[in-house]
Amino acid sequence: MIKKEMIAMLLAGGQGSRLGILTSKVAKPAVSFGGKYRIIDFPLSNCINSGVDIVGVLTQYQPLRLNTHIGIGIPWDLDRNIGGVTVLPPYEKSGNSEWYTGTSNAIYQNIDYMEMFNPDYVLILSGDHIYKMDYEVMLDFHKANNADVTIAAMPVPYEEAKRFGIVITDENRKITEFEEKPENPRSNLASMGIYIFNWKTLKESLIVKSEQPALDFGKHIIPYCHKNGARIFAYEYNGYWKDVGTLNSYWEANMELIDIIPEFNLYEEYWKIYTKSEALPPQYVSRDSVVEKSIIGAGTNVYGKIYNSVIGCGVTIGSRSVIRDSIIMNEAVIGEDCELNKAIVAENAVIGNYVKLGVGEEAENETDPNIYAHGITTVGENTVIPDGIIIGKNSIVSGRTEAADYENGMLVGGKTLIKAGDKR
Amino acid sequence: MRAIGLILAGGNSYRMRELSQKRAVAAMPVAGSYRSIDFALSNMSNSHISRVGVLTQYNARSLNEHLSSSKWWDFGRKQGGLFVFTPTVTIENNFWYRGTADAIFQNLSFLKNSHEPYVVIVSGDGIYKMDYNKVLEYHIEKKADITIVCKDIAENEEAERYGIVKLNKDSKIEEFEEKPMIAKSNTISCGIYVIRRRQLIELIEKCAEEDRFDFVRDVLIRYKNLKKIYAYKLNDYWSNIASVEDYFRTNMDFLKPEVRDYFFRQYPDVYSKVDDLPPAKYNVGSNVMNSLISSGSIINGTVEDSVIFKKVFVGNNCEIKNSIILNDVYIGDNTHIENCIVESRDTIRANSYYKGDGEIKIVLEKNERYVF
Repeated sequence: MIKKEMIAMLLAGGQGSRLGILTSKVAKPAVSFGGKYRIIDFPLSNCINSGVDIVGVLTQYQPLRLNTHIGIGIPWDLDRNIGGVTVLPPYEKSGNSEWYTGTSNAIYQNIDYMEMFNPDYVLILSGDHIYKMDYEVMLDFHKANNADVTIAAMPVPYEEAKRFGIVITDENRKITEFEEKPENPRSNLASMGIYIFNWKTLKESLIVKSEQPALDFGKHIIPYCHKNGARIFAYEYNGYWKDVGTLNSYWEANMELIDIIPEFNLYEEYWKIYTKSEALPPQYVSRDSVVEKSIIGAGTNVYGKIYNSVIGCGVTIGSRSVIRDSIIMNEAVIGEDCELNKAIVAENAVIGNYVKLGVGEEAENETDPNIYAHGITTVGENTVIPDGIIIGKNSIVSGRTEAADYENGMLVGGKTLIKAGDKR
Repeated sequence: MRAIGLILAGGNSYRMRELSQKRAVAAMPVAGSYRSIDFALSNMSNSHISRVGVLTQYNARSLNEHLSSSKWWDFGRKQGGLFVFTPTVTIENNFWYRGTADAIFQNLSFLKNSHEPYVVIVSGDGIYKMDYNKVLEYHIEKKADITIVCKDIAENEEAERYGIVKLNKDSKIEEFEEKPMIAKSNTISCGIYVIRRRQLIELIEKCAEEDRFDFVRDVLIRYKNLKKIYAYKLNDYWSNIASVEDYFRTNMDFLKPEVRDYFFRQYPDVYSKVDDLPPAKYNVGSNVMNSLISSGSIINGTVEDSVIFKKVFVGNNCEIKNSIILNDVYIGDNTHIENCIVESRDTIRANSYYKGDGEIKIVLEKNERYVF
């Protein structure tokens, strides 16, 4: 018989639409982060570092890159004889088949998977947070409190608390009330979307609430448990935690890695972050290059100047090009004499010579002003930008563009240029 | 598959000076992120040779650590695999490997239990890319008994350091001399051999009967007029690490764009054990010129014309010039290093000064390191 104390279920099916074109072809957890990682590496590494060696990864939106990245889990040592990592996509059933309609619905549809391991506890994680956490310590807390549900929560400044789901606890950290995005928060403990459930509690509530459309943890399951008198506790977490759900928070979290001693330190021996990495050669920095306050992935060739930037693996930066405050993902090619300011260039993009990104005044983006803001210029994956093009702030370019697609060789600030049918 | 592989990785070279104290030459770190044996292993894997034996002897700790899993080179298959043979005491034998032929003899069962008709024997310290199938096809076409991969070297390259061969018009080897006083040709042996498995077993057994132990001297040279030994010419990059100077030059070769392009961008890839290291980090004050920097390194100072291996920390105001810094070295602030090879895991105190004059200086510094 198989018996596991705790298994993890990792929600990785969301599109993450607030990351705009970065997630047009990949699920958010598969978006690159910090030069060589992908966002899902952080919860997966946390799992194995915490001794959780059974992880079900729920996928739905654009899973190809996620699937190839996870494979059989070798990078995280999750290739196990029993369990390990399993990718769980939605599937057809003899009765009514449906997509995963909500976070809890996705878990509900995989009750059989969890049952296989006969767990006492189930850890629910989401695939879009950057943090290091020992889930075993959280489990100890859960057990010590004889809890039915434990929610990880972190203190946030009161003025920001209204953006979060807030938990109100008694002196023993037992949760008495929930407030979703409160106007006048009574507590500053924000839920991090990380839960430990007693398996019995979880299974029972999932089955009872199964008819609920778009079944969700925050909206339905937790309130249901609370109403039925379940013991719900808040596990306070005080380390680095970043939700990289928006383009701006994604950019900020990347930039925080380049501080002298970053709050989120990838260089510690303890609690390593693992990722699928091929054996890549070292990076080459040419005689005329300048690299300052940046991190650069393996196999990259630098001939230009890089300041305050995060550069992925296998990237080429042409001679005399100047890259500032930017994120350049794996295998992108930047031509010669370019100028990039606060740009995000996604994987495999090819930028010609004499191209300028992020110049001029900031203007509101015409299509999604809420997503493309803060002066970030975004270039989608596999995009081609021809020589000499100038692109303004808060603009987006995606697809294999040609000179004719630009008016006078320019895309002014706030404009969106998405070329359809950019299949290669 | 038509061939099995044997990699001779037991050797040591006094010409590697202090660098050989810690490890066999086959385990020497090369080109920032690799070990020299990675090239032979990757060539085997890329040539679809799936059953490979590695013969180790001299200080194999570092090598064994590197070979702890065969998955990096994709040998972890149900058919084939990576086999490491270190000398052991047996009922018949309590010797170390007394030579390359003896090493093969002591593991003859590996050859006998295989079913592949050919064996590719290579040394573990060559830096090159090669499809061994091409040599094998040539070997079959020539109806050769043994094929040796050879290379023509330039006049100024001291052919006397290598095995020298002299060929007839048909590329058949007529003369073979190991490290002669005066080289009679500029064609050298690259230490890569193709031979029929049964032929090899026969020759090795005969060697053992006669108490002969060296593959080059007692098989190749001794049988050169008796067996049909052919040369296969290699025209691409090839370098072997036999001395500190070779080692230094080979690493510096990777600063050349054409060498990097050949090894790193062109098919097929070279594989190595993957360390889970973060991207290299450049802080304010870093000034890197014409250098290779590997993952996990943190650079605060000046690095020029150098190869920096993995997990190296370069402190503020440091100047590293024309040097090789091996894995996991900590270099304190205001340090000057020029024309040096800094041994792995060294800890160099702040305000140090090292400069190689006339020859490459090898820096060994085992100071206390304070980990933050």
